[in-house]
Formats: sequence, C-alpha cells, structure tokens
Amino acid sequence: MSLRVLILFAHPAFQKSRINRRLLHAVQGLENVKIHDLYEEYPDFQIDVKREQQLLLDHDVIVLQHPFFWYSSPALIKEWEDLVLEYGFAYGVGGTRLAGKRMLSAITTGGPETAYRRAGYNYFTIREFLTPFEQTARFCKMEYLPPFVVFGSLRLFDEEELAEHAAAYRRLIEGLRDDRFDLTQSQLPDYFNVILASQTDLV
Amino acid sequence: MESEGLLFQAFIYLLAAVVTVPIAKQLGLGSVLGYLLAGVIVGPQVLRLVGRGEGGVMHVAEFGIVMMLFLVGLELRPNLLWGLRGPIVGSGGLQQVLTTIAIAAIAMLFRLPIQVGLAIGMIFSASSTAIVLQSLSERNLLVSKAGRTSFSVLLFQDISVIPILAILPLLAVSGAGVKTIDSGPPWQRALVILAVVLAIVAGGRFLIRPVFRYLASIQLQEIFTAAALLLVVGIALAMQKVGLSPALGTFLAGVVLAESEYRHELESDIEPFKGLLLGLFFISIGASIDLRLIAQLPLLFAGLVFGLIVVKFLILLVVGKLSKLERSQNFTFAFALAQGGEFAFVLISFAAQNQIFDQRLGNILVATVALSMVVAPFLFTINDNFVQPRFSSRLPERAPDEIDEKGNPVILAGFGRFGHIIGRVLNLQGIKTTVLDLDADQVDLVRRLGLKVFYGDASRLELLRSAGAERAKILVLAIDDEEKSMQIIETARKHFPNLTILARAKGRDHAYRLVREGVDHIFRETLGSSLDAADAALRLLGVRAYEARRIVNAFRKYDEEGVRELAQYSENPDELLTRARKRIETLEELFENERQRVRHADVGWDPPKPE
Repeated sequence: MSLRVLILFAHPAFQKSRINRRLLHAVQGLENVKIHDLYEEYPDFQIDVKREQQLLLDHDVIVLQHPFFWYSSPALIKEWEDLVLEYGFAYGVGGTRLAGKRMLSAITTGGPETAYRRAGYNYFTIREFLTPFEQTARFCKMEYLPPFVVFGSLRLFDEEELAEHAAAYRRLIEGLRDDRFDLTQSQLPDYFNVILASQTDLV
Repeated sequence: MESEGLLFQAFIYLLAAVVTVPIAKQLGLGSVLGYLLAGVIVGPQVLRLVGRGEGGVMHVAEFGIVMMLFLVGLELRPNLLWGLRGPIVGSGGLQQVLTTIAIAAIAMLFRLPIQVGLAIGMIFSASSTAIVLQSLSERNLLVSKAGRTSFSVLLFQDISVIPILAILPLLAVSGAGVKTIDSGPPWQRALVILAVVLAIVAGGRFLIRPVFRYLASIQLQEIFTAAALLLVVGIALAMQKVGLSPALGTFLAGVVLAESEYRHELESDIEPFKGLLLGLFFISIGASIDLRLIAQLPLLFAGLVFGLIVVKFLILLVVGKLSKLERSQNFTFAFALAQGGEFAFVLISFAAQNQIFDQRLGNILVATVALSMVVAPFLFTINDNFVQPRFSSRLPERAPDEIDEKGNPVILAGFGRFGHIIGRVLNLQGIKTTVLDLDADQVDLVRRLGLKVFYGDASRLELLRSAGAERAKILVLAIDDEEKSMQIIETARKHFPNLTILARAKGRDHAYRLVREGVDHIFRETLGSSLDAADAALRLLGVRAYEARRIVNAFRKYDEEGVRELAQYSENPDELLTRARKRIETLEELFENERQRVRHADVGWDPPKPE
C-alpha cells in the first residue's frame, strides 16, 4: 500500500539555492508526494493554520526539507510549528490527530560531516542539534526517523556528486511512500543516508 | 481655384479658433464664448473674412450638433435613459410648456398676434444643448443632479423639435402656409417615423455590430474611423429624408450602440470631429449676428435679451424646485439653461418660410438668441464666482450632528474610500471610533449600514471637542482635502496635544507639508497599492513570493526616507529644485544602488565564500 508523503519545504532565498533546488527537483511530480513550499505560500508569515492541519491529516509521512541555518531551520518552520501543532490537535488532551505518522528532516549543511563531532568545530552531532525536532515529533506521538543530510554544501560543486545526492533523495521519498524500508530494527543508523547506501548495495 | 477658397476659409476658421479660444479659456470665459467671439471678429461686420455664415459652412457646422448627440447617446445606456424618463417628461415638458406660455403672453402684451407669440415662445423655449453640455462637462457637473436634470430638459427640447415643426405651419397667419415636412397624411408619416426608429434600433443590434467587429478585425484604424463617420452621416441623411431631426436619429443610434463593445472606440473616433464642427458652428453663429441691427436698436436688444434670460431663469427655478433640486443645484440648473438654443435658428428660418412673421422680425429673433448665447458663458461665470460660493461658505446648511459617542479612543475624520477601510478594521477589533464626514449623502448611506457616522466639519474646533478630542488618543485624518487636512492638524496641535495624528497624504507635496508640520504617521494614499501591484508583477515574472515581498518592503523604506529627506528642502523652491535635479541626475546611479542594496540585503542566507 502506498503512503502519502508531505514535503514541507522552507528556503527563504530559494533563488540562490543550488543543492535544495536539485533535491526538490528530483522529487517533483511523484505520485502521492506533495511538495508544500512554505515561503512561497506564506511570504507574510500569515500561516493558514486550518489548511496546514488538514494537510498533515491528509498525509502519512511528513518531511521537513530545508537548509540547516544556525544549527536549526529557517524561521518560517519554527513559526509553522508554533501555530500549526496546536494543543488539542497535536498534543495535550485530545491531541492525537498526528499519532502514528512518521516525520523526518531532510537538510543540507555547509560544513562536512567531520565538523559535527566532538572533535569538530561544531562540537555537537547533527542528531544532537535535531533533538528539538525529534522531541516535537515524539510529543505529538509521531515516529521520528533518522535525518537525510547532504553535508559540505559549501564545497559541493561536482555535478556527478550532486546528481547522486538528488537520486538518493528520490529513492528516500519513493521508499518512504512505498514503505520499503525496514524501520523495525531496534537501533537505526544516525543518518538515513546510511540506510539508503546499504539498500543500493543489496540492489 | 475652388479648393484654394476652401483652404483659405478653413485657414481663417482654424486661425480664429486657435487664437481666440485659448485666450477666452485663460480668462475663464469658457471655450464656447471664445468661438462666438472668433466668429464676430472674422465675421462680415468686423474683418469681413467670412460671409454671413449661411449656406455651406453653417450646414457643415450644424453637423457638429448631430455628432454631439450621437456621443451623448453613446454615454447613455438604454436602462439609464429609461430611468430618466420621469425627469425628461416631467421637468422637460414643464419647462417647455411654461416658457412657451409665458413668452407668448409677454409677446401679446406687445400687441403681437397670439400665433406669433406662440411661435416665438416655442422658439425661445429651447436652450443650447451645445453650450450647456460643453460648459457643464468643463465643470465636471454632468453627473451632478443639476447636470442630470439639465440633460433631461435638453433631451425633451430636442425631441420636441419634431412636433414643433409640425405645429408651426398651423400657426401661419394666412392659414395657408408652405407644405410641412412631409405631404402624406399624418398616419402615414407616423408609420414612416416608427419604421425608421425601428430600423435604427434593429440595425444597431443586428447589423452595425457585426460590421464593426469585422472592421476591427481588419485592424485599419482609419477605416474604422471612416465607418464611424459613415454611420453618423448615413443616419443623419436618412432622418432628413423622412423629415425627422438628424440629431435625434443619431442620438438614438448612439443609445443603441452604448452597450456595444465598440463604444469607447466610436467615442474617441468621433470626438475630435465633434469638437471641431461644434467650434465651427459657434463661429458661424458669431458671424451671423447682425451687429448693425444691434447698433441701431441697442435698447431693444438689451431689453429682449435680458427679458428672455430672466423669464427662462425664473421658470427654470420653479421647474428645478418642483424637480426637488437642492438650492445650489437649482441655481446651477437655472443659470445653465437660461439662454436660447441653436434649434431656435432652425425654427426661426422655418417660421419665416411659413410666413408666420416677416424677415425683419426673424433677424431680430436670430440676433436675440445669438446674443443670449453670447451671454450664456457669463451666466456660468456668475454662477461659479458669485452664486455658488454663497452656498459652499454656508455649506453646513445642515447643522452638525449631536455626537453621543464621547470617550472613544479614535476619531476618524473622513469616511470615504480611504477612511472607511480604517473604520472597518478598527470596528472588527471592537475599537470604538467616532467618525466624522462632511458628505451628507455619504453619512446617511453609511448610517443605514449600521455604522456610527456623524455629519460635521472636522476643522471646526467645537466639533472636534464635542467628538471627544480631549480624551481621544488618535486622530485619523482620512479626508481628501489637502488644505483642510493641514487646517485640522493646526487646530488639533494647538488645542489637543494629547492626540497622535495619523494623516493621509494626497501626494508627495502634501507629504512634504506633513513632514514639515512634524506629523509622524504619514500615509501616501496610493503608495500601498502601487507597491502591492509591483509585488504582484514581480511574482508573475517568477520572483519568489518571499523575495518579492522583501524587495517591495525595502523599496518602501527607501522611498519613505527619500520623502523625509526632500521635505526639508521643499519649503525652499530653489533648494528643492537643485536637490530634485541632483536626484534626477543620479537617477541611474540610484537605480543601480537600489539594485545593489536589495541584492545584498540578505547576505545572511548566502553561504560564506570560501577564499
């Protein structure tokens, strides 16, 4: 059975984007995959809460796709969380409407993977930085999946490499839609990229 | 050579118009008087450059009236015309009947036979459609109530020309006048008339529109113009053939075409011809005035013209009163229509042909009507400068409303297209607002919608005080009168320093004045929507919504700063000029600067550039 995937995309300067543009392009027009471009929809931050909640209800997998700005998301994602994940809808008494859905982040970072370690200049790991998102998902009774990360975007100019990332992202979205991944293992890897890599090995 | 003569005549007429009309306009006399003066000057009694205005030129010139009525018809959708049927028959009929009877009675006092009296009455009862419509539209009064009523009366007069032409021969003293327009029995004539009217209506519906559609698809501008002229000329000819007024026929055609999609194109095609031909018509009238006759009998003419105007004026006042015109409107209406009209010239020559009166009396009548038309623009001037100001200075004829909304935090002055939006937003938030407006109709309308609006002039101290200005926090100035807005600011500053003023600015100059007054919250009335339009344009061209919004917001900030900067110099015209010139000089630089600033405004989202 096919699941329905909602990509909540946020990039305040998409016109300058190289990598997110390619990723987004790779998943455009897929069946049962809806791309929701938040900065295009709400340039005034005037979020239509009812509409956003309906979108969540209409989908099974929520992907937050955005560049990793200052160890977090662009501002509009935060505004979206604050307004859309209402008490009584997403959490609290009667707030079970999102229960059982899957959520994950798909992000691009400027620094390389090695920077996100104790020895690296960012000290914390990506998973540690993403804990607010992880806990938000848990609090709303959603299943938080490992993030899909494209590291080192500052030095990522190789066309072939870019195409590989785009293809991987497409496999991720298609796989989530078709529920092709074994997510029952007790310990999932830190990044979804690892799961994807192991799958290509199998194929 | 024939054509040389024609060209020379055209040269004289055009020269006279080009020289005289602008001067008359500059003097505030209106273009009609300019044309009339031009006619007198080039006419047979002064420069003798053109003849008496009979014959060819006059014929062509009369066509201007035909075109004017076609254009008037184009402006009048059938349902609007139907809506005016009451005023047309009521006000128009009353005016004509009363004027005819009054003038006939006066004529009989001077021992003229009753038939002659009635003929003169009918001749004098018409007003000049050309002068009145031209003058009213120059003053933007066509849509006012006075304008509407004037138009109804004129329309009735135009229509009544037909029965009058039928009646006049019956008044012939000898009882054996010349044959009427058509020799057939009355029912046959009625049938012909009905058939022609139906033909015009049906033709306009089913024939003319497809033809114009085809011509428009060919995309030859001059052919379209030619077709428009052909239409008007053709209808005029057909009407003449069956003995109806060409003006009425083209008017009807205009009404039929008023709903068509080519209305505006027809309008702009015919408009210049109309203007020129009407000018020609007025010049001809000017040239046809028999100055010698007037010089011989100055007192007679003074008395005739004065009497004509006074009688018509008084009757018009009565008609206007019965038509429920408000007093200032009634005076405009009466001053507008008090002169004789161009149809009089047609009727006079027709009556003379029918030997109702002799040629000499005919000449006197022509000169009287022409003189009354010369005086007509002055009547408008008198109304503008001496009569109307009395009404506006006492404008609060209606006493300011008692205001029972004291203690509201917001006073909103002006509830027109700008103010009402502010009022609605505040109202939605449950913020109590005291609304003041000077437009009595607007106040009543908005009140009927259930909002609290009070009639009154916000520049008056007592009214502001009774509106609770002492306790209010905010005064929103949403009126569109610049001087008044500055006046209110002065009053409010002096007496109610507690008020924060939010001011609507009509344009840059007004904004400069507000900045100099130290008003902090200035809103140029079109800035917001222009920027919204720019934003939409950017987005339609593929710019991201969020970026477009940021570009537009950055521009707004930049432009507001510019206004505040230039405002410092705007009091000193020389300085402002140099500053403004400098800004123009650096405009290109400015645009480039702007581009740079916007482009680099959001570097935070740029990845750091690795060296």
